[in-house]
Amino acid sequence: MRPDDIKYTETHEWVRYSDKRKEAVIGITDFAVKQLSDLVHIDLPKAGDSLERGAPFGEIESVKTVADLVAPVSGKILEINKEVVSDLDLLKEGPFAEGWLVKIKASDTKELDGLMSRKEYEDFLESSKKEESKEDGDEVDEDDFV
Amino acid sequence: MSAAALRTPLHDAHVRLGGRMVDFHGWIMPIQYAGILEEHAAVRTTAGLFDLSHMGRVRVQGRDRRAFLQKILTIDVDKVPAGKCRYTFLLNERGTIIDDLIFYADAEDDLLVVNASNREEDLEWMRKHLSGDARLVDQTAEVALLAVQGPDALHRVRTTLGVDPGGLGYYAFGRFGDYFISRTGYTGEDGFEIFLPAARAVDLWDRLISAGTPPVGLGARDTLRTEAAMPLYGNELDDTITPVDAGLEFALEMGKSPFLGQEALRGHAAPPRKRVGLLLESRRIARHGYEVYAGGKESGLITSGTFSHTLDRSIAMAYLSRDLAAPGTPVEVDIRGRQEKAAVCKLPFYRRKKT
Repeated sequence: MRPDDIKYTETHEWVRYSDKRKEAVIGITDFAVKQLSDLVHIDLPKAGDSLERGAPFGEIESVKTVADLVAPVSGKILEINKEVVSDLDLLKEGPFAEGWLVKIKASDTKELDGLMSRKEYEDFLESSKKEESKEDGDEVDEDDFV
Repeated sequence: MSAAALRTPLHDAHVRLGGRMVDFHGWIMPIQYAGILEEHAAVRTTAGLFDLSHMGRVRVQGRDRRAFLQKILTIDVDKVPAGKCRYTFLLNERGTIIDDLIFYADAEDDLLVVNASNREEDLEWMRKHLSGDARLVDQTAEVALLAVQGPDALHRVRTTLGVDPGGLGYYAFGRFGDYFISRTGYTGEDGFEIFLPAARAVDLWDRLISAGTPPVGLGARDTLRTEAAMPLYGNELDDTITPVDAGLEFALEMGKSPFLGQEALRGHAAPPRKRVGLLLESRRIARHGYEVYAGGKESGLITSGTFSHTLDRSIAMAYLSRDLAAPGTPVEVDIRGRQEKAAVCKLPFYRRKKT
C-alpha cells in the first residue's frame, strides 16, 4: 500500500516531488500514524515559512506522546493542508493522499537523492523491528503517557 | 530499572491480543491494544478488562497485625468493618507519602494493595516497622488481579464468572466461590477487582474477552483515572508531598492512635499550593512537569495531563498557588515554549451518573 513514486525518511516522513512543477508534497507514513495512534493535535508552519532539511517544521501530538515533524528537504512552504489540521482522521484514512501535510518549493532537488525508496524504507522498518525485539520490545517509555 | 523484566501471568495473552508492550516500573505491560481512546470509551459506555497483576498485594498476618497497621497507616484500621476497603497512606516520619494504597479489613488477616512502582520500597519500610508476631506475605506472584470496569461491569461479572457480587457496596469485598472480589477501581466507573490464583488467570481473561469485554491497557487506565481526578503516585503524589498538600485529608485520621508521620503533620502549615484541575483552550496536552503561569509569573506545575475523550478537550491536574485555585481563574501553561491558555476548574473532570 505504500507508494513507489515517493521518497521516505528514517523519521517516517515522505516526499512526493513533481519535476514539472518543481513542487514537493510532504507527509508522514502510515507507520508513523500507527505508532503515534490516538492523534489529538498537529502544528504546521505557515505558507511562506522556510523548511530546512533535517530541522523540525512542526509537531504532531497523540494522547501518548508528541513527535517532531522533520523536514526531508529544504524549501519554502507554498501551502499547508488545512483539512488535516481540523480532521486528523485524514491521516489514518490516507497518510499518502488526503493526509498530506505541506506543499513546498524545494530549493535543492539533490537533497532527494539522500532519501529512501519504498523498498529501502520497508527494509529499514524491518531492521528496526528486529533491533527492537532484541531489547525486549520496549518501543515506548512509560513516561510518554503519564 | 531492574535488568530482568517482570511478567504477569497474562503476558503471553497480551502479546497474542496485539498489546503494545512497554516497561512499566520493571514490569512488561500492555500500554494499549485497539487504541487508548477506543478502550477509554469502552469503559465509559459498557465495560473493559484490565490486567492489574503487577500491583503489589501483601497479606498482613498475626495477632499483632492491627497494632502494626495502626502504626504505619493513616486511618483507624480498627474502625473499618470486616469486608470493607479503605484508601490510605504509608507516610515517612516527615509526613510525606511513601505510597498510597488500599487497605482490606479481612477476618483472619488483612490485605494491602500497593503500587507496582513502590512495592519493594513499601515492603522494606514495613519490615523495618514490624512488631509483635505481625508478618507480611507478598502474594504478588501467585495471585493474579483482573479488573472489570464500566457501567456494564456487574452484568459481565455475573454472566462470565457465574457469581453475583451485586450485593457489595462501593469499597466492599467478599469471597465468591474461588474468587476474592472487591467493588473498587481506578476509572471513575462502577467495577470490580477480581483476585484469583495465577494459574487460572488466563482462562478467566479469555472468557471475559470472548464474552465481549475488550482488554484495556495502561494508556487508557491513565486517561480514565485522570478524568476521575484520581491521584497517581509519581505524578500527584511523591515523597515530598503530604496528604494535606494533595487535598486527600479524607484518608488522614489525625485523631487516631499514633502513626508514623503524624507528628510532622501536626506542625504542618497550610500548603501554599493546591491540587486543581485545568481545562485548556488548545487541544495540545499539558504534560507532567510543565509549568503553569499567571500574569507572567510561575505559579504551579502540571502533575498529569491528557486528552479527555469524554469532554473532547485537553485537561490537566496541577499544583497551583492557593490564591489562583478558584474555578474560572485564567492561567497559562508553558507547552514546549508556547503559552497556552487554560482555566482552573473543579475536580473531578468526570463523575459517573449513579444509578
